[in-house]
Amino acid sequence: MRELVRFLERREEARRPRTRASAIAALVTYVLLSLGGFTMLIPLAWMVSTSLKLPGAVFTIPPEWIPRRQVRQFVLGEERPIFEVYINGRLRRVALLEHKRDLSRVVPVDEVFRRKRGDGAGEGKLEINEFVVKRKELKPVKEIHLEWSNYYKAWTAVEIDHYLINFQLGKRHIRWLHITHGFVMFYINSVLVAVVVTFGQVFTSSLAGYAFARLNFPARDKIFLGYLATMMIPYTVIMIPNFILMRSLRLIDTYWALMLPPLFSAYGTFMLRQFFMGIPQELEDAARIDGCSKFGVYLNVILPLSKPALATLATFTFIGSWNSFMWPLIVTNRPEMKTLPIGIAHFQGLYNTEWTLLMAASVIVIAPVILVFVFNQRFFQQGIHLAGLGGR
Amino acid sequence: MLLEAGGVERTAAADRPRGRRAQWADWLGSQVFILPNFLGFLTFTLLPVLASLCLSFVKWDVVRPVNTAQFVGLGNFKHLLGFHLENGLIVANDTEFWYYVYNTLFLMLGIPVSIFSSLFLALVMNQRLRGIVFYRAVFFLPTVCPAIAVCLLWQWIYNGEWGLLNQALAPVYNFVNSLFGTHWRPPQWLTNPQTAKPAFILLGLWAGIGGYNCILYLAGLQQIPQELYEAADLDGANWWHKLRHVTWPMLSPTTFFIAIMSVIHGFQGGFTTAYIMTQGGPAGATTTIVYYIYNQGFRYFHMGYAASIAWVLFVVVFVATLINWKYGGRRVTYL
Repeated sequence: MRELVRFLERREEARRPRTRASAIAALVTYVLLSLGGFTMLIPLAWMVSTSLKLPGAVFTIPPEWIPRRQVRQFVLGEERPIFEVYINGRLRRVALLEHKRDLSRVVPVDEVFRRKRGDGAGEGKLEINEFVVKRKELKPVKEIHLEWSNYYKAWTAVEIDHYLINFQLGKRHIRWLHITHGFVMFYINSVLVAVVVTFGQVFTSSLAGYAFARLNFPARDKIFLGYLATMMIPYTVIMIPNFILMRSLRLIDTYWALMLPPLFSAYGTFMLRQFFMGIPQELEDAARIDGCSKFGVYLNVILPLSKPALATLATFTFIGSWNSFMWPLIVTNRPEMKTLPIGIAHFQGLYNTEWTLLMAASVIVIAPVILVFVFNQRFFQQGIHLAGLGGR
Repeated sequence: MLLEAGGVERTAAADRPRGRRAQWADWLGSQVFILPNFLGFLTFTLLPVLASLCLSFVKWDVVRPVNTAQFVGLGNFKHLLGFHLENGLIVANDTEFWYYVYNTLFLMLGIPVSIFSSLFLALVMNQRLRGIVFYRAVFFLPTVCPAIAVCLLWQWIYNGEWGLLNQALAPVYNFVNSLFGTHWRPPQWLTNPQTAKPAFILLGLWAGIGGYNCILYLAGLQQIPQELYEAADLDGANWWHKLRHVTWPMLSPTTFFIAIMSVIHGFQGGFTTAYIMTQGGPAGATTTIVYYIYNQGFRYFHMGYAASIAWVLFVVVFVATLINWKYGGRRVTYL
């Protein structure tokens, strides 16, 4: 009875039109969130904006959000910068001829064009009205200009001097250097490592997760506790011997070093085990009775049922691999083996103050992650619940 | 969560009486599943942990052959943690290390701020409103961005002359200067030892506010039974009472978990940011423990010493976790 009353009350509540108070609350929420979201996005917008500017345009006060550059026009046989200035009380567009100390010789653009069209009046004469104005009165005329070539420059950036000196390469080789030793290679490395690590980790973790969830073997739970315990150990503890191992196997600067250690994850095993435990045992038993082998059950029952969990782990692993910094940093020295983050860190040392190029490089490295994030957004929130980290 | 692993779930197959041979086949069959992962786990996690423990008792320059390694007993730890008398004053053997510990702890001051702002954000976002998913994505965005890009971006924002932050601060400074006739200028964030660490904390706040912590809080909020709020309403509670006496206690397990994880990560943090933005400078002001391990191991090649620092870090993290469990756990309300 009480349940029924509560149910009716709830329904009543749902039917009631929105009160004024709740509308105000919603408005306040939106305002707060929009302000907060705006602050979150400003730095990213600044990054994109800087990446599309001309090198000199980043040094402006106050900062410009939409990249612009000064208009230049072909006037009197030369491309000249265009300014606006008051001449005899009238605002006119002028082309700059030359500066002389704090004065400037300018010629109004409209007059030049009128003469060019040759509309009769001044034909035959080469008399153009020049003006001399104060230099500081000139105001540059600007137009929106997106410098896409920054991306090309960042993409093809390569430490050419280093190769010329160290490997005595000729000009012939330089043409391909940015592909074999520059960003293209970093990108290929990053994608390759991320894809292999993602597939490998999902594969090994799902196998082991299934074993820990459903199979019986000696010391199963002790081994699993061991897995869990190692999740607390700082990465630096493990990293040093791993580096020595890779070094003694002469695997530094190889894909093996980049891919092997991250391929096995205690976290992934733990997460998938938790998920597999939730799959009803009856489904599995039915398949076993139908003559399915253990591997068959894993392949045909467990895996199809845990697509969301697998996708979540894959998303996490891909992004983790794409963003990973410390391990690739210590196991790569040669540029052709570097992953994108390490390549960019290296690039940063070379182009220390060229912010337009550095921001373009940042956009290049962020773009795939944002794509993965936008398409797999729901998996992120799921993943945090799945890992049993729901705060209990 | 940890204890759950102990609960053995019996499979139907195991309950059937079977012969020895079948059991063997069973065992072999499970090895196929477990081995690929376990071998990797053994090679790249378990054995390295033991190896680094052994390494921490050794003095070894990694660029030299292995046979030059010298067993020094507790020598590494003595140098790292020990003190000696110098002109009647107690001086640490490795003064740098203690400065870096201080740096790491300083950077962890951001943790409470970060937790409370995540909680606030989660409270605001925990409403059934149209378009809330979009906001969640926006706030989560920095979490997925590669550290290299985020750090480069903030290095540019913190740029003393042309950075966005100082350009935004300039009018404020101008106003104050014109008011008091002073000549203050916005700080050179990353090149000044005093402001470098606060700058890192601010960056961490931006990157972490809508991240995992916030999602954990959202999940926690959704698990609070609505009846509690209805009961509070009957008692005439206002929003503050509800927050203080219903939401906060009900969220305490989440807060507790987040606090532990933040402390664990805090001790291990700061490498990528410092490596990219300041190279540990200015004057070591942003070098954290992990950065010191990297420097010792991979710049000066003192592998044994680096391993011993790593183990000290491990112990510190472990103890911090234990303390959290023991004393933090008392205040946690479970339903």
